[in-house]
Amino acid sequence: MDYFLTEQQKLIKDLARKIAEERILPVRAELDEKEEFPWAIVKDIADSDLFRIFIPEQYEGLGEGLFALCIATEELSRACCGVALTYATDALGTIPILLYGTDEQKQKYLPIIAAGTKLTAFGLTESGAGSDASAMKTTATLDGDDYILNGSKQFITNGGEAELYTIIAITDPTRGTRGASAFLVEKGMPGFTFGKKEQKMGIRASATSELVFHNCRVPRDNLVGREGLGFIVTMKTLDVSRPAVGALSVGLAQGALEAAVAYARERKQFGHPISALQAIQHMLANMAMELEAARALVYAAARTVDSGAKDFTEEGAMAKVFATDMAMKVTTDAVQVFGGVGYMRDYPVEKMMRDAKINQIYEGTNQVLRNVIALQLLKRKALRE
Amino acid sequence: MNIVVCIKQVPGTTEIKIDPDTNTLVREGIPGVINPFDCYALEEAVRLRERCDGKVTVISMGPPQAEEALREAISLGADEAILISDRAFAGSDTWATSYVLSRAIAKIADYDVIICGRQTLDGDTGQVGPELSEMLRIPFVAYVSKVEEIKDDYMRVQRMVEEGYETIEMSLPAVITVVKEINIPRLPSLRGSMKSKTVEIPVWSAEDIGAEANKAGITGSPTRVVKIFFPKREQKSEIMQGNLEEQIDQLMKKLEEIV
Ligand SMILES: Cc1cc2nc3c(=O)[nH]c(=O)nc-3n(C[C@H](O)[C@H](O)[C@H](O)COP(=O)(O)OP(=O)(O)OC[C@H]3O[C@@H](n4cnc5c(N)ncnc54)[C@H](O)[C@@H]3O)c2cc1C
Repeated sequence: MDYFLTEQQKLIKDLARKIAEERILPVRAELDEKEEFPWAIVKDIADSDLFRIFIPEQYEGLGEGLFALCIATEELSRACCGVALTYATDALGTIPILLYGTDEQKQKYLPIIAAGTKLTAFGLTESGAGSDASAMKTTATLDGDDYILNGSKQFITNGGEAELYTIIAITDPTRGTRGASAFLVEKGMPGFTFGKKEQKMGIRASATSELVFHNCRVPRDNLVGREGLGFIVTMKTLDVSRPAVGALSVGLAQGALEAAVAYARERKQFGHPISALQAIQHMLANMAMELEAARALVYAAARTVDSGAKDFTEEGAMAKVFATDMAMKVTTDAVQVFGGVGYMRDYPVEKMMRDAKINQIYEGTNQVLRNVIALQLLKRKALRE
Repeated sequence: MNIVVCIKQVPGTTEIKIDPDTNTLVREGIPGVINPFDCYALEEAVRLRERCDGKVTVISMGPPQAEEALREAISLGADEAILISDRAFAGSDTWATSYVLSRAIAKIADYDVIICGRQTLDGDTGQVGPELSEMLRIPFVAYVSKVEEIKDDYMRVQRMVEEGYETIEMSLPAVITVVKEINIPRLPSLRGSMKSKTVEIPVWSAEDIGAEANKAGITGSPTRVVKIFFPKREQKSEIMQGNLEEQIDQLMKKLEEIV
């Protein structure tokens, strides 16, 4: 399929693929096994300017937008979804600054993020507040020129490794969803510590940690947008970021499909390669079709965001749900094509299947996002009546 | 710190063919890459620039298509590139190549360190680095595996020898050749790749660098390739028999035979 990439986008794709093949592929099994954060690869990604893609040119970025970010994410994820998630989450943590940051905040943080020397993260979820973010308990109270944060965040990607965190906390408990605000919290601010690092089923190269705030002082200047805008910042940020989760899944599924095709040609049973069996062929054909459909949807959603459209909640949700469900199915089928060895750690597809699952859960579970899509549909219909 | 890196474009390694008539490599229609050993030289130059500022200039003597290798070097972090190309250079052996490169470097004039790979993949001689230093009359160290210190007109390096390392101090400017243990070359960067597509790469001719016609190309090349082969290295072992005295006698005899 020709997606009409510009010269620049082709360059980004080639470079991300080179990093994936030369730096990620040789170590992905080891990173998975040891549950190790891939700092050396993060440095390679930084040196290659891939962290600059998404940052505007006036802040030392390349101003290429979400579509280019998705292309890079997809290529990295083709080799390892866990490593690619580290990269994509850096964008997630940056979006609040891009959308709502003051000029001073942008000047201060974006060039560092572009250089890739420091990673970012986004902290919304709490033990009692998952799909229902409004149940959040972390508070931020104004005290002179600082806000004082108390509470904890759970399951935060890049937690412990990132230097800059966008944290959502309640500033006015009486105002419900209008009572939350977003803050830029730096690692090392007094009162900000890390709880346990989670042990996970998949994406084990990615770090997931608890963030703990105990009378943590954050300068007032680090408020993102206005007080009370916390949930708006969150919704808009996730709207922009969801196509990137789709891209993670497209890359992951691409890796699984390629592995399955290669193995089917190699493995002989009943005197022929199993690729001669129609049962296998049809499975591969379905995998390829669903993958390409997801890719087209993800690209279209990302391009919609880049076009300057105002509202793309539905597009982002569709791209995320469709691509992540597809990747779960395609990676499961890849294990099926491999048969028994597919279940073994010596082959790459069991890891891909483990990696796929999380994508259906974070950044809005696929159930919650189906609610979102349906709500948009019904609202539109109601408006026309 | 101005650093000059000499690179060569060589055929992609997978499909090397040797012309039976001339005993040299067939190059036509084979995609070129930067000589792998030169990638370490380039990387070290870029790292030195990151350590102490300055500029990395990459030069290559070769046919017009060697420009591709120079563009690749820009994407890998070099600041400038110059192609040294002239029909008169065709057929140059290492001696004539070193002469041409030394003329080009003399024209660049402002240089502190010259870095080459330890050898090329196709020629395999490892001669250009040392010859270059002779012609420029500056110090030379081969097989450098670490640059320990570098400042103004002083450099201290580690070089690999068969059983360990030597530490060598030298004054600058100087020439070094590097081994692959010295670093892990980076991948291209996006900004570098973008620059590499548009950057002007000047082409210097024999006249531009003031090269004398009889010292370059075939006429300036004393080397004739007769045959390319791996020298045979034989190892034989023999266990002496008898008591200790007898064994010593036998060993002495053997040694006398050899010497
Ligand atoms: C590896 C990992 C990384 C993560 N990274 C981050 C991060 O960087 N930042 C961050 O803030 N969070 C992060 N999260 C948290 C993640 O976004 C939440 O886990 C997710 O939103 C679901 O919340 P929950 O786990 O509390 O599940 P719950 O909300 O308890 O959901 C349990 C089940 O109920 C269903 N359900 C709940 N409500 C509804 C509803 N209204 N309609 C239909 N079904 C519903 C869900 O779909 C799910 O199947 C991460 C989680 C994991 C596991």
